[in-house]
Amino acid sequence: MTDTEHVAAPGVPAIAEPTVGRRRETLHFALRNKKVVGAVVVILGLLVLGLVAPLFTDHGPNEYVGPPAAPPSADYWFGTTTFGQDVFLQFANGIRSTFVVGALGGGLAGLIGMTVGFVAGYRGGLVDELLNMLTNIVLVLPALAVLIILHAYVGVTSVAMQALFIGLFSWPWVARAVRAQTFSLRSREFVDLARLSGMRPLAVIRREIAPNMSSYLFMTFILLFGGSVLMAATLDFIGLGPTDATSLGLMMNSAVHWSALHLGLWWWFVPPGAAITAIVGALYVMNVGLDEVFNPKLREM
Amino acid sequence: MLRLDQVSKTFRLGAFGSRELTAVKDVSLTVGPGEVVSLIGESGSGKTTIGRMALGLATPTKGRITFDGVPVSGLRGRASHGYHRQVQGVFQDPFSTFNPVFKADRVFTLVRDGFFGSVPAARWRQKVEAALHGVRLEPADVLDKYPHQLSGGQLQRMLIARALLLDIRLLVADEIISMLDASTRIDVLNLLGELKATGLGVLFVTHDLALGTYISDRTVILRAGEVVEAGPTETVFTNPSHEYTRDLLAAVPHLHRRWDEPVK
Amino acid sequence: MPLQVDDLKVYYRTLRGDVRALDGVSFTVADGEIMGVVGESGCGKSTLGKALVRLDNRMKHVGGTVTVDGQTLPIADDRAMNRFRFTSVSIIPQYAMSALNPTRRIGRLVADLLDARGMSYAATRPELIRRLALVGLPETVLDNYPMELSGGMKQRVVLVLSTLRDPALLVADEVTSALDVSNQRAVAQTLVEFRDRGYVRGMLVVTHDISLVYQIADTIMVMYAGRLAEKAPSDAVVTEPLHPYTQLLIGALPEVGARFSERRLTGIPGRPPGLRNPPQGCRFRARCPLAVDKCAEQPPFVEVAENHHVACWKAGS
Repeated sequence: MTDTEHVAAPGVPAIAEPTVGRRRETLHFALRNKKVVGAVVVILGLLVLGLVAPLFTDHGPNEYVGPPAAPPSADYWFGTTTFGQDVFLQFANGIRSTFVVGALGGGLAGLIGMTVGFVAGYRGGLVDELLNMLTNIVLVLPALAVLIILHAYVGVTSVAMQALFIGLFSWPWVARAVRAQTFSLRSREFVDLARLSGMRPLAVIRREIAPNMSSYLFMTFILLFGGSVLMAATLDFIGLGPTDATSLGLMMNSAVHWSALHLGLWWWFVPPGAAITAIVGALYVMNVGLDEVFNPKLREM
Repeated sequence: MLRLDQVSKTFRLGAFGSRELTAVKDVSLTVGPGEVVSLIGESGSGKTTIGRMALGLATPTKGRITFDGVPVSGLRGRASHGYHRQVQGVFQDPFSTFNPVFKADRVFTLVRDGFFGSVPAARWRQKVEAALHGVRLEPADVLDKYPHQLSGGQLQRMLIARALLLDIRLLVADEIISMLDASTRIDVLNLLGELKATGLGVLFVTHDLALGTYISDRTVILRAGEVVEAGPTETVFTNPSHEYTRDLLAAVPHLHRRWDEPVK
Repeated sequence: MPLQVDDLKVYYRTLRGDVRALDGVSFTVADGEIMGVVGESGCGKSTLGKALVRLDNRMKHVGGTVTVDGQTLPIADDRAMNRFRFTSVSIIPQYAMSALNPTRRIGRLVADLLDARGMSYAATRPELIRRLALVGLPETVLDNYPMELSGGMKQRVVLVLSTLRDPALLVADEVTSALDVSNQRAVAQTLVEFRDRGYVRGMLVVTHDISLVYQIADTIMVMYAGRLAEKAPSDAVVTEPLHPYTQLLIGALPEVGARFSERRLTGIPGRPPGLRNPPQGCRFRARCPLAVDKCAEQPPFVEVAENHHVACWKAGS
């Protein structure tokens, strides 16, 4: 039994060697991973565009500023809509709301999912069974259908509200995964040791269990972010988006609504479609890359 | 000091606890001050569960566990805090007892946070260094290091030092040397032997009969959750009365005698 | 001769340089010989066992040769090794028990394995059942899922599987360490029986448990920090060890009946050196009570008595 995995790794670390911090090592591999670096460049590029571009204009995204249905030109980079709205301006603002939906929706879903998962996994017993039941109920609800009904009846005015609804319905799989991991970590001996040191349950979860899952939690958030973006785009596209905002999905919705496809106004719907694809695609690629970074077994030597 | 009276533990398995598993059945034993009691059994004998119950990490389904006459099970909040000031545990796998994300000396910090919040940092550092010297570790070798940079023997001794910070009276040692190399095992055992001389009671849980006999005063043999034999270590080993004990002893590999050779 | 190893060097590649896990190891295993390989964690014993059968992707073959029945094994070439695995060299890995796919019945696992090796399950089945019976397992285990078997039973299934083609050499890596004493004994004795029946001709039993390997091995080889320290018939290693490391290691083992109050045993102070930059000369020097100036020079691994090899300047004289 002496040759456990830790010991058997024959790099038997000698005491005299310099400490290479875990974080530094992770960063080292992350910066060498083409998938991670590429995805981060794409996402940061779009984020900066969304944050900066609208600052250089006095017009709102829905104002009628130019000639109708003009193709891309030096004045209007992405052309204009049938009504003379600047597509580029709408695009930049749309990216903003896309990131807001992703961050808020993903964040909320992550928060609920982790809370439920941690509590269920750590407490076990009756608490676990009740929380599990709740998780399963939300899990089997057809999220899209529920969201459509909610949007139709309650009415969604802002991007934040849309994010809230999305977050409320996309946490169950996070809860299940976190619960399972907590379950296995809970039986590890360092948790017993923390209890013997007089630590309270919440502190044990926060200070002992969660740090062991940090890479996993980070990746979960990325997936939730991507999921929220897609969900929001879907809702916007079918006309259930926020009424008082601009978003990539809404752009595509109006493009279709005003027959941009038939009229050959490709500059109206291609940029938002490409941006959504790029953001969600980059997030998934980043997820795969991070998996390689965090999991030494997948690291290419 | 520690006393188990007809203690049983059943686990519920399956959906809604439809099946039951009896891990420990009607076990009684005592550990006095300065006494090492070996709890010997194969996997599934319930020995670890008994250790966890003694530490208050699990509650018995039936029976009573008392420490100085005070019931242990169901201690909460301040009472459990006070109990752990006197009774601590060291577990089997040092690599799993240290949270791999943090530096190893965090186990000391946790004890300070939990019990000695008012001790000033410099005094605390002295106390830690004294405890490390007590387990024959050089503070500079082990402080400010990650667990994977230390050997199993060093980590296991740090955990004993951690327990000693609390002036404990009982140590529950669950398989603490089975993951260690032969060359460091004996050091940890000798350390327990020295601590016993200072009045510490030890519940020594193990599957290894040779290690159990080396330091223990009394031995309890467990099989499938039940005590099959208990008595002074000398008697149990030289004159086992239960067949199971004899079988166990026959299967132990000896260094100077082969299995099929007769006992000299 | 089932196995001849000459000056074998296998390093682990890491970010901070090569770890010299196996640094120039030479020995032979004779026909019908069971050789125990012992040492502390990180001494290279598991690396040695793995290197003979399959190098994992972090391991790099740096030098030396491995010869089985006169044929040199292409150990650095994973593909070319396929021809030899299972038929001439076979391994029971350390975590064999947990390596069995839990969703498949044992019979299916065996069929898949044989299929991959171009053998017919139907034709092999009678022999398989005969050998399972020999290790005390009924034919019905083939219909069981791995979860339904105990640790000892699984270990015996793996033993039967890995020796089905009567390999010249079997490497058993810590096969008994996760088992209870009674199962330990049963599995260890099965190893001997397989040798006696000629299912395997030579065996390397890699373990940290000297008392256990003493029960079954003809020869014990002691490794330290990637090199051989001592190799001798098992009685000689246990009763008259010559290398100071072996002496200290044996002295640190409590036997049933040894008491702290009567005779205190001592461990070995210090710990093995890191193998990225191993010290010059004898690698045990820093922990050795007998070390002298000459130990700064690497002692050769020489035969000092019949079949008794040792790498120590003090032992030969």
